[in-house]
Amino acid sequence: MENDFDGPMIRVEDLVTHYGERRILNHVNLDFPKGETMVILGGSGTGKSTLLRHIMRLENPSSGRILIKNEDICPMSEERFNQFRRKIGMLFQSAALFNSMTIEENVALPLRELTQLEDSTIRIMTRIKLDLVGLSGFENYMPAQLSGGMKKRAGLARALAMDPEILLFDEPSAGLDPITAAGIDSLILKLKAAFRMTIIVVTHELPSAFLIADRMTVMDRGEVIATGTPEEIRTSKQPRVVQFMNRVPEGDEQDAQEYLRSLTQN
Amino acid sequence: MTGVLSFIGRNTLDFLRYLLGLYDLGAKASYWTFVAPFKGRQVKWRSAIHQMVVAGVDSIPIVALISLFIGIVLGLQGAYQLAKFGATYFVTALVGVSMTRELGPLLTAIIIAGRSGSAFAAELGTMKVSEEIDALEAMGLNSIRFLVVPKYLAMLVMMPCLTVLSDVSGIVGGAIFEMSQLDKTFTMCLTATRDALAMHDITTGLIKSIVFGLIITTIGCNEGFSVKGGAEGVGKATTSSVVVSIFLIILADVVFTAIFYFTG
Repeated sequence: MENDFDGPMIRVEDLVTHYGERRILNHVNLDFPKGETMVILGGSGTGKSTLLRHIMRLENPSSGRILIKNEDICPMSEERFNQFRRKIGMLFQSAALFNSMTIEENVALPLRELTQLEDSTIRIMTRIKLDLVGLSGFENYMPAQLSGGMKKRAGLARALAMDPEILLFDEPSAGLDPITAAGIDSLILKLKAAFRMTIIVVTHELPSAFLIADRMTVMDRGEVIATGTPEEIRTSKQPRVVQFMNRVPEGDEQDAQEYLRSLTQN
Repeated sequence: MTGVLSFIGRNTLDFLRYLLGLYDLGAKASYWTFVAPFKGRQVKWRSAIHQMVVAGVDSIPIVALISLFIGIVLGLQGAYQLAKFGATYFVTALVGVSMTRELGPLLTAIIIAGRSGSAFAAELGTMKVSEEIDALEAMGLNSIRFLVVPKYLAMLVMMPCLTVLSDVSGIVGGAIFEMSQLDKTFTMCLTATRDALAMHDITTGLIKSIVFGLIITTIGCNEGFSVKGGAEGVGKATTSSVVVSIFLIILADVVFTAIFYFTG
């Protein structure tokens, strides 16, 4: 990856994607500036995790482009994109630790496979990463022996193993109690302060979103409906954004006639 | 009418897509086994050996025991028919030839399909569901190279070994029956078996066993990778990996036996 480039770290251009017939992302345009933390907010099923999976090229779009450092990743060869992947760390929703390996082996795996480092160096680097997320002393535990929060932190240590420039979080606080979730938030803040990484966080937790975001994007039904600083989002007049911010439940938008028709049809 | 046609069309397309999936998996696995090592991407021997232990060494007792029983049964059934012609002497030959040409490879394949093919599907399916396969890809590590190639290698090595074990156990099973009922000694049984068997009886069996091993691995891994949904999906994949591989094993058995028969 070349280091001199203008423009945002990641740029999503006119991204459209389908699962079967269903359209998941609808002409998404987004810039992720270098060194900033972008939080993508939205309800369940609005396509925000799908967007993240596209940036990691775990899914292929129907149309549109994704530029990382000004290079379109979609037509890239697997070999070439793997060079990019080394500089991107991702924390999955379920942490996605390899259950057959210890925590230390999990974190060491990318270093073992992708670098030519000595075993002793890898060991030290692994310890540093685990220390960073507050898991020193758990090297020889198996993932099944850890709590949900600890798994997330171990997953984060693994995402950090290759010293990424871009860090992606898929619902970091999903399934965690408030205290543990706050711990993950403060970890993200700590990383922000320490490493100047470009961070993307997908979440629906409002308090944590406003705590960590430099910029925010609100998604709804596969579309970006608002993007800006946390202050701009907070004061946005866009009805769907207001609804999301104020946690108003989905109203019954169908009118009576429409409802009757839907019942009698077919 | 259009309903029927679209039903047939849709199922044909699904079937072709399934075959394409199998081909794709096999092609990628061959690339990572035979081509990639020359580009400096070594095969994961450590995990291949681990798979050999799990799929091969750990199957020794069950394969040996079942083959022994089948050998005894073959002896019993053979003697029942051959006694009518006063030809019980040929029971040994019958057991030997049936085991090496047919039952050794087939029994082994069916046991391994149930034991290891299902385990492959369950392992990969669980990894798919828990995002572990995504995590591998996200690190830039190829899931075929990491997870599938070791399984292929293990099966290619272990299937012929287990088949030889099955052949021997079956022959011993036959000998046990003959020693107790037909007043033969163990040496007599072995000599009779050696006289009855030709080298190509054994080699054709071993060729079959390699093909069966490829089928079991391809189906097991493909079912695992195509898991959707949670634990229920894993269960379905496990079941269908066994059903589909046993079906294809028997189909391949018919084809290969016919080829060996007509080519002598």
